[in-house]
Amino acid sequence: MSEEMDMEEGGTIKKFMFVNRKAPYGTIYALESLEVVLISAAFEQDVSLAFVDDGVYQLMKGINTDGIEMKSFAKTYRALEGYDIEKLYVDRESMEARGISEDDLIVDVQVVSAAEMADLMNEQDVVLSF
Amino acid sequence: MLHIVNKSPTERNSVESCLAHAKKGSKVLLIEDAVYAATKGGAAEARVRSAMADVTIYALQPDLAARGMADRVIDGVNLVDYGGFVDLVAEQANCQSWL
Repeated sequence: MSEEMDMEEGGTIKKFMFVNRKAPYGTIYALESLEVVLISAAFEQDVSLAFVDDGVYQLMKGINTDGIEMKSFAKTYRALEGYDIEKLYVDRESMEARGISEDDLIVDVQVVSAAEMADLMNEQDVVLSF
Repeated sequence: MLHIVNKSPTERNSVESCLAHAKKGSKVLLIEDAVYAATKGGAAEARVRSAMADVTIYALQPDLAARGMADRVIDGVNLVDYGGFVDLVAEQANCQSWL
């Protein structure tokens, strides 16, 4: 472990990836993922977010939840930058299968192929699935 | 009969199975994550369009709006609000949910 990777208290920074594969609002998974992401940021870990399959729907622009009486968490994705969480990866094939493009997303992301995503997953210390 | 579906077409086969079992003249209401089936460019678009020859497709507008999909609805899909949801249930002799 390199010196810069060691925290002052002697703790270790690990690579955490949160893999999001569920659409928002229909289930609680997307919101729960976001909660844990923010907690991990408080512990100053090396955090990546992956959006695969229906998970790409979480980042859609134009979300308005007034009619379903649920709180929208779409803007929280924009706030992640303030917590130094800037590694957001979106699976290209998943977007194409759903007819959406990078322009439809509420935040800046890196669009990657399934093979590239596989490499990113493989290099993590911890992968958490939602 | 009114068929009600609430699962994403790219996560479960509920929409597909519903359409395969819906008789001609019946009504299909897409709610919650099933509203993605009513959107353009999605994997279910072709299947939903072909189903329109035999059944009437409805989608719950508040669920489309909550998912940022309100502007992407396939032409010919009828949008309803919660009052319209109640009317559909009340005017049909029976209904079936596809979970």
